[in-house]
Amino acid sequence: MLVLNKVKIQEMADNIAEMDAVKGRSLWTDARRRFMQNKAATASVFVLTLIVLFSFIGPYFAVWTNEQIDWAVLGRVAELGQPSFANGHFFGTDSLGRDLYSRVIQGTRISLSVGFVGATVAVIIGTLYGAIAGYVGGRVDQFMMRIVDILMAIPGMFVLILMLVVFGRSILMLFIAIGLLAWLDMSRIVRGQTLSIKNKEFVEAARATGVKNSKIITRHIVPNLLGVVVVYASLLVPGMILIESSISFLGLGVQEPSTSWGALISDGAKTIRYDTEWQLLFPLAFFVTSLFCFYFIGDGLRDALDPKDR
Amino acid sequence: MSNETIMQVDNLKVYFRVKNPEAMPWTRPDVLKAVDGVSFKLKAGETLGIVGESGCGKSTLARGIIRLIEAEEGQVLWLGQDLLKLSNNEMRSRRQEIQMIFQDPLASLDPRMNIGEIIAEPIKTHHPKTPKAEVKQMVEDVMVRVGLLPNLVNRYPHEFSGGQCQRIGIARALILKPKLIVCDEPVSALDVSIQAQVVNLLKELQDEMGLALIFIAHDLSIVKHISTRIMVLYLGNMMELADSADLYDRPRHPYTQALISAVPIPDPLIEKNKELILIEGDLPSAINPPSGCVFRTRCPKAQDICASDKPVFEDTGKGHMVACHFHD
Repeated sequence: MLVLNKVKIQEMADNIAEMDAVKGRSLWTDARRRFMQNKAATASVFVLTLIVLFSFIGPYFAVWTNEQIDWAVLGRVAELGQPSFANGHFFGTDSLGRDLYSRVIQGTRISLSVGFVGATVAVIIGTLYGAIAGYVGGRVDQFMMRIVDILMAIPGMFVLILMLVVFGRSILMLFIAIGLLAWLDMSRIVRGQTLSIKNKEFVEAARATGVKNSKIITRHIVPNLLGVVVVYASLLVPGMILIESSISFLGLGVQEPSTSWGALISDGAKTIRYDTEWQLLFPLAFFVTSLFCFYFIGDGLRDALDPKDR
Repeated sequence: MSNETIMQVDNLKVYFRVKNPEAMPWTRPDVLKAVDGVSFKLKAGETLGIVGESGCGKSTLARGIIRLIEAEEGQVLWLGQDLLKLSNNEMRSRRQEIQMIFQDPLASLDPRMNIGEIIAEPIKTHHPKTPKAEVKQMVEDVMVRVGLLPNLVNRYPHEFSGGQCQRIGIARALILKPKLIVCDEPVSALDVSIQAQVVNLLKELQDEMGLALIFIAHDLSIVKHISTRIMVLYLGNMMELADSADLYDRPRHPYTQALISAVPIPDPLIEKNKELILIEGDLPSAINPPSGCVFRTRCPKAQDICASDKPVFEDTGKGHMVACHFHD
């Protein structure tokens, strides 16, 4: 009986070896398809890609650098500093006669990297912290989440400003300070999700198989969390950009001659009564467009990854 | 089939501490006795069926045996070694000999992993250095064995039907060639026609590989079909334990008699004239179980002695164990 079975199995296996393995459709593939059907979201991805590309390719077309002062314009910015192709100031100049085109490019780079780096730090720390707290549970969970509560009770903006004042204003400090604050919400969301995932049968199956707890977290819990994490992270990026902008608007963000969207908008707003509205409008247009894009993408991701909620 | 005992469970107790959310924080939590002193032996290649109504502790017993839930006291001797006393690491390596199949076939498969990864997970866990080609071969072999086409390895759980998912679960349990598989209601979520296929598959595999099974179900006819011996649980206590045929032909405990009389017979003439033993009321609370015999509150034969003395679980001949003062 056993021998016969083996022969049969071998025959079957031989037949099947000739067939190609069918490609499965993962939940990610499905989600990507749903995302692509969302017109606002795909358009936003396109526009955002253009903005990012612009910040990389733009400098090759620039006539002026972001630090150079155009002495011919200085003092008569309202008349001579207007956007024009003739003198190479495509977006005009700022109140000191520096080329706004180059400065917007530079500000775009800083603002976007603050957004992405801040969100990445928040996602990594928050996901691991929340997943561990939720999975281990009990006293460890209580202790870890109380730490989060305590950190949350401290007003974030205050800490941010304090850190920038005490340790000096640098872009690195800005990254660290924003990243440190942003993971708190993330860890709470992830912990809640972990609590519901860890009681699912497939986690029990993994435990019954003998998989280590650390492996269960990385192999089973985190991949199932990622949907929520991705959605939240896509909303975190504009949040980070907004925080950086408000800090810069207050004059505490990046240091001259570097700049960011917030700093440029702040400068533009200060000089608006001298008829130099372009100084406000160009950075503002980039800022608003990007934020819109981020929010549309976040919306699209949520619909794509969580089809039940529609 | 050898006659050696591979697992011996002695007086296993699994308690849960339940805290009333409105109680003051310093009050003692209530103790819920989910499994209260269960003992049995399991021989190699044998199937032990465990039956009982919902909430009687069947699943908790299964999880207590393989330490997915920590037991309060008792011992589980696995090949002479007490599983409950092992360290976490030692227990993890023992787990390749004892596998489990779950009730909800789809929920027991990670939705983000494809079938190949799911079935290969036990190998990756216990023998991480196995070469990839060999793992692939093992996965394909076991898939063919449980009746799945091996070219489906790259598919994901949501692309399969319930019966196929349960086959995947069985493949995962089989791949390391365990000695015991604990089946926690493996067919209750499936259609009747699929139930038969899965149960027959389990039976075939058992004959072929000399597996021991602990088979939990609330469907008595399926348990009868697959089991060598059957244990009847009620409120975490053993009521009766006997050979499958013996239990069906001569049930001695009033609870078992009622359970068996409730199984429909696929013949309308017999079914119509059959004597039904009805049990009234609900399962009492396991936090505050009845004194003496736990079944006395619903038992048609209950007397005063049932409230004062807990009946001994005794052999009434030929290994037919019953816990009742007035067994037949």
